[in-house]
Amino acid sequence: MATEFHNLQELRHSASLANKVFIQRDYSEGTTCKFQTKFPSELESRIERTLFEDTVKTLNNYYAEAEKIGGQSYLEGCLACATAYLIFLCMETRYEKVLKKIAKYIQEQNEKIYAPRGLLITDPIERGMRVIEISIYEDRGSSGSSSGSSSVSGSTAR
Amino acid sequence: MHLGVSESMRECEYSQISTRSSTPMETPYKKRTPKKRKWEIFPGRNKFYCDGRIMMAKQTGVFYLTLILILVTCGLFFSFDCPFLAQQLTPVIPVIGGVLFLFVLGTLLRTSFSDPGVLPRASPDEAADLERQIDVANGGTGYRPPPRTKEVVINGQTVKLKYCFTCKIFRPPRASHCSLCDNCVERFDHHCPWVGNCVGRRNYRFFYMFILSLSFLTIFIFAFVITHIILSSHQNGFLSALKNSPARYPFTVPLVVCFFSVWSIVGLSGFHTYLISSNQTTNEDIKGSWSSKRGKDNYNPYSYGNIFTNCCAALCGPLPPSLIDRRGFVEADVPQLAPPTNGITIYGSTQSQQSHTCDQDQCIQSTKFVLQAAATPLLQHQSSEPVILTTSPENGGTLPGRASLALTGPCTSLPLGQPTPPTSTSSLSCHEAADNNPLQESLFQHHFLTPEEVPSPPGMLHCGSPMGHSHTTQAGFYDPASQDSLHEDSVRGLVKLSSV
Repeated sequence: MATEFHNLQELRHSASLANKVFIQRDYSEGTTCKFQTKFPSELESRIERTLFEDTVKTLNNYYAEAEKIGGQSYLEGCLACATAYLIFLCMETRYEKVLKKIAKYIQEQNEKIYAPRGLLITDPIERGMRVIEISIYEDRGSSGSSSGSSSVSGSTAR
Repeated sequence: MHLGVSESMRECEYSQISTRSSTPMETPYKKRTPKKRKWEIFPGRNKFYCDGRIMMAKQTGVFYLTLILILVTCGLFFSFDCPFLAQQLTPVIPVIGGVLFLFVLGTLLRTSFSDPGVLPRASPDEAADLERQIDVANGGTGYRPPPRTKEVVINGQTVKLKYCFTCKIFRPPRASHCSLCDNCVERFDHHCPWVGNCVGRRNYRFFYMFILSLSFLTIFIFAFVITHIILSSHQNGFLSALKNSPARYPFTVPLVVCFFSVWSIVGLSGFHTYLISSNQTTNEDIKGSWSSKRGKDNYNPYSYGNIFTNCCAALCGPLPPSLIDRRGFVEADVPQLAPPTNGITIYGSTQSQQSHTCDQDQCIQSTKFVLQAAATPLLQHQSSEPVILTTSPENGGTLPGRASLALTGPCTSLPLGQPTPPTSTSSLSCHEAADNNPLQESLFQHHFLTPEEVPSPPGMLHCGSPMGHSHTTQAGFYDPASQDSLHEDSVRGLVKLSSV
């Protein structure tokens, strides 16, 4: 890999944003939340295909779990209707619980896999569930990389 | 020489800070207080109450009418008919009435006050990315390309996804843009003026419960008011029951209101029951999207096959959370990219967390932003114009105000998205202003770092690269293919500044 970062903090402080890749939604199964697993070309030099696909597939599974229509969701829906939806004031919906799990998962993935490669995944909920935004960072201190954005920093000018 | 420059500029900057009492530049890296919540800068035409907890459409007059009708009718019924009926028949009647009334009110308020499933507008980077993809698909030409559509195959049925020029997204299937609220809404059913809100994915079940319970309530009231009249006419005679009763109006008002409501509300409930059982939206039904009249193979790809599953999915399915985060705080510093120009991508950068030292970079950056603003309108004219022009009416109003606050003299003519004089002259004029007031440029820069408030912040960063080019040795960063006269002018201006 062209750049090495040890953690997210280091990434944010010492790197500059070079590019953003957007993984769009896959509507082939209807309106359920699912993202395309097609590997974008911009990430080819940054991360292994399998790791990326694993991340997207896990996210898709989480969303499928959140939107699953089955026994538990019916129970929740009927209970909510019976209490005139007041129960949502004290209880968290299943969807919200799964979203918290997703946020934790993304944080974990960022820390373990993506930040060391100079990438950062933004939680899709912050983009209206339309895209998974992956930010590509370039190290300001490194001496250029293959993507053409050289970054000899202002330290030479100081 | 550079060190000397940095020292002098540092001094210049610090002395500016000390003479000003309260300015954002004192704490440039803290967010300005008070922090704004996202609902305050929401681009749609919605009204928000209770600090963003309640969300309604712009015109709410009819909603108040609905509320008044329900409250007055039920009030009259409970005050005048219920005591009689409780006495004559059974006290269960007012209890059931009360429960129905509370349920109707609860579902009405829930429908009216909740987010129907509004899709937030695309961030500038997303919009730029989409534009780039579309430009590539069109072959790089196209001043205003024809309406953009994408086709997807859902469960064997081809569905066209339309591009929304206002929200700058490809609408998901079943989403539609509400012209009254100026938002794209997921699973858009219709905009209901009676409820004062759009009916979409997140509040459809509340809407359905509302009209269903309201049908029961109107039938209930209608039936028992008639019962009251009949019973009291048995006792006193029919006409005298109506004439002599001190509470004449309480008979007639609920009666008349319920009579008309029964036909409309019950009819509407029936219609929506049909829609739910076939898993269609009002929008789709009216357009006849899945009607078999369109073609033999036309069927609804979203239907689950049987009525029971469709009903359960619509009413008891999981409730997705609101995507627009009304009560979240606006983040002032978010990393942004520059948009592509003429298909050539130039990527500038801002640091997501600014360094805490005021060094030469900072001073140069602040003046750089001024020049970017000068260069940007001309650059944007060459690039995809619709992107810029559509955003400026929404947010541009705020910008000239801020620009005039932050800058004086020649630089007030710098609002983004508006035609400006040629770059070279404005860069020179800003050069003078920059000399005089580096602090004010920093203010200007700080304003521009709030992405939601600026029509096209990515445009700012065009000159980030020429800046980097002149100041540091980021030669590779600056794409030589884009060296047109505009960039040369801005670079020249910036080089002059940096040598001060």
